[in-house]
Amino acid sequence: MYTKKECVAMLLAGGQGSRLYALTQDMAKPAVPYGGKYRIIDFPLSNCVNSGIDTVGVLTQYQPLVLNDYIGNGQPWDLDKQYGGAHCLPPYQTALGAEWYKGTANAIYQNIAFVDRYSPEYVIILSGDHIYKMDYNDMIQYHKEKGADATIAVLDVPLEEASRFGIMITNDEGDIVDFEEKPKNPRSTLASMGIYVFTWSKLRQYLIDNENNPDEDKDFGKAIIPNMLNAKEKLVAYAFDGYWKDVGTLDSLWEANMDILNPNIPIDLYDPDWKMYSRNPVLPPQYIGENANVENSMVAEGCIIDGNIDFSVIFEGVTIEKGATVTDSIIMPGSVIKEGACVEYAIVGENSTIGAGAHIGARPEAVENRDDWGIAVIGHNVNIEGGRVVGPKDMVPDIRKK
Amino acid sequence: MSLNKNILGLIFANMHEDVVPELTRQRTMGSVLFGGRYRMIDFVLSSMTNSGVDEVGVVTKSNYQSLLDHLGSGREWDMARKIGGLHLLPPFSDVSSGIYRGRLEALYGISNFIRASAAEYVIMSDCDVVTSFDYDAIFDAHVKSGADITAVYARANLTMEDASHSNVFGIDADGRVNNVLINPVLSGECNIALNTYVISKKLLMEIIADGAAKGHYSFAKTILQDRCGEFKIVGYKHEGYFSKITSIKSYYDANMALLDLDKRSKLFLDTNPIYTKIRDNPPAKFAIGAKVKNSIIADGCIIEGTVENSILFRGVKVGKDAVIRNAIVMQDSVIGRKCTIDSVITDKKVTITDGKILTGSANYPVYIGKNAEI
Repeated sequence: MYTKKECVAMLLAGGQGSRLYALTQDMAKPAVPYGGKYRIIDFPLSNCVNSGIDTVGVLTQYQPLVLNDYIGNGQPWDLDKQYGGAHCLPPYQTALGAEWYKGTANAIYQNIAFVDRYSPEYVIILSGDHIYKMDYNDMIQYHKEKGADATIAVLDVPLEEASRFGIMITNDEGDIVDFEEKPKNPRSTLASMGIYVFTWSKLRQYLIDNENNPDEDKDFGKAIIPNMLNAKEKLVAYAFDGYWKDVGTLDSLWEANMDILNPNIPIDLYDPDWKMYSRNPVLPPQYIGENANVENSMVAEGCIIDGNIDFSVIFEGVTIEKGATVTDSIIMPGSVIKEGACVEYAIVGENSTIGAGAHIGARPEAVENRDDWGIAVIGHNVNIEGGRVVGPKDMVPDIRKK
Repeated sequence: MSLNKNILGLIFANMHEDVVPELTRQRTMGSVLFGGRYRMIDFVLSSMTNSGVDEVGVVTKSNYQSLLDHLGSGREWDMARKIGGLHLLPPFSDVSSGIYRGRLEALYGISNFIRASAAEYVIMSDCDVVTSFDYDAIFDAHVKSGADITAVYARANLTMEDASHSNVFGIDADGRVNNVLINPVLSGECNIALNTYVISKKLLMEIIADGAAKGHYSFAKTILQDRCGEFKIVGYKHEGYFSKITSIKSYYDANMALLDLDKRSKLFLDTNPIYTKIRDNPPAKFAIGAKVKNSIIADGCIIEGTVENSILFRGVKVGKDAVIRNAIVMQDSVIGRKCTIDSVITDKKVTITDGKILTGSANYPVYIGKNAEI
């Protein structure tokens, strides 16, 4: 017979990521490429596997095609299992009708049957929006030691940034006594990372009660956590002090990529003890040509580079022709930068072409008024004709869409 | 071409190991590393996958630990199948098999496996040729010509050295093989055997039984050479890009040839991706001060020094102010700071400590064995 699972992970991957605009036109945010060969969702998935969690429900809703295809049977993360493994869980139809996931809590509520199959003691709720390496097992152990009903991972953030987050107010024992969503005057600097461990039997009941109350939001932050606090359940904060980055905006996505190039920032992708897994492309190794200058950068398989690259992250299958220059930029899979083109402080999406002599983006110091500056973004499958100038902060989406 | 190919692929992983004894000391020819991230067997096995040959036996003799590690269940080549898929055929798999002396004897050792296959045809290949085979076209030509055996060859220049490790075909105006020279003493343009054959399973089983009865073991000698008048052996000219490994020098040259983008594009065709074992390395990282020109760099490399005209396999580290020229550096090797290495082949996991200078020459590259520390 099957043994039960101690902990099942539920990964919320349905977010549209609307603040990534052109990059999430036709893919959900967790499927957005990151770090030269990964997609954002590789981080929570690899963390699960490295933490010994082998059962992961991936809740998809917005533009699931790329994501479903990417996750497949979970094999690249060792999550193809006879019992357990990775499962994509889109919204579905029942005898009572069909409905979309109405919120984070509702998404889990609709999949109670999935979790029950494994009769776990604990459920860990994750999101597909963050770049970090974390041993979830340590967090679950903490949850057990504390005898908690819910454990929320928190990061100590600078006071001036605290009002952007859900903030936990704790007592001396680390128990959460209050919770404020994006407070104007934060009473604490412990920000929720959107990672929750629940004792499943507790959470299950709160999800059902939440669903049966039509006046409540169907959301962890807005309903489940406050309800548990009001009922005096034991909620504890689990402090995390590693690298953690929300990649919800174009600026933060760009920064998170640049962070990998900075040896002083602790997001080491080369650590053999905490490998990041991903679906690998089938491509020959990269070729660096006679005319190339590559420094301070990451370049993935299948690339053919004959131009100049500095402080950039170049994904698989990219071609950078002779005389082209890419600095402080991210070039996503399969794109081509033609001869003499210049790309600086920009994100170029998948399978796009930057024509010869085109100029994308600008350095911050090249712009008179600092407010006019920002990362330039070229969406996926976009063809920028030769010589065209795309200024800083400009965005060129795929015009075939919308 | 039908969707159900009805073809059994057989790959001989140990043949021709004597041509690169350094590289095959601890591995089969099929598991010799090539081109930054591949093993020699990847080229024929991927070609089989891409041509829809989805039942494949890999015949091994000795030294096959690295081969088994590499192939696993065959998943990366889409060969982990319920129907067909990859079968590893080590020696002594039944009482009649053992350490074989040649292809014919090896076939006798796996005759139960061949008999059990439902395929009507058999395609045989070795692991000494780097190319993208179109087995579909070869098979179609076999059926069309009505040949007993189709033998694949390429037209190219041979040196005396190459020829002494190759078979050469004489081919008549009708495309029939009328003469077979085994390891001949000659040079110049000729029809080089690529050690790839198509034959019906029925005829193959007859040949195997006959060979066993008479104590024959060499397919090239007793079938191709001695009986080329009796059997209809038709040549199939392979037009694609290829390198045949006949020595450590030709191995070195075949790797270096991939620095030519034209040759690279002819080997790595969009229609014939070359699959290999996945290692989940992050992308290559180029540090401040890295200078890389005309080189192939695989995933997981961290480069702080200078690399020119070289091939770096996965996970190689190049220290600050190190200079690597005209070298093949196999996976997980570490080249220390201020080292200079020129015309060198390092095997896997070699460590060159800081400040060392190692120089070979293009016609005689220095080879450094696996796990060596210098």
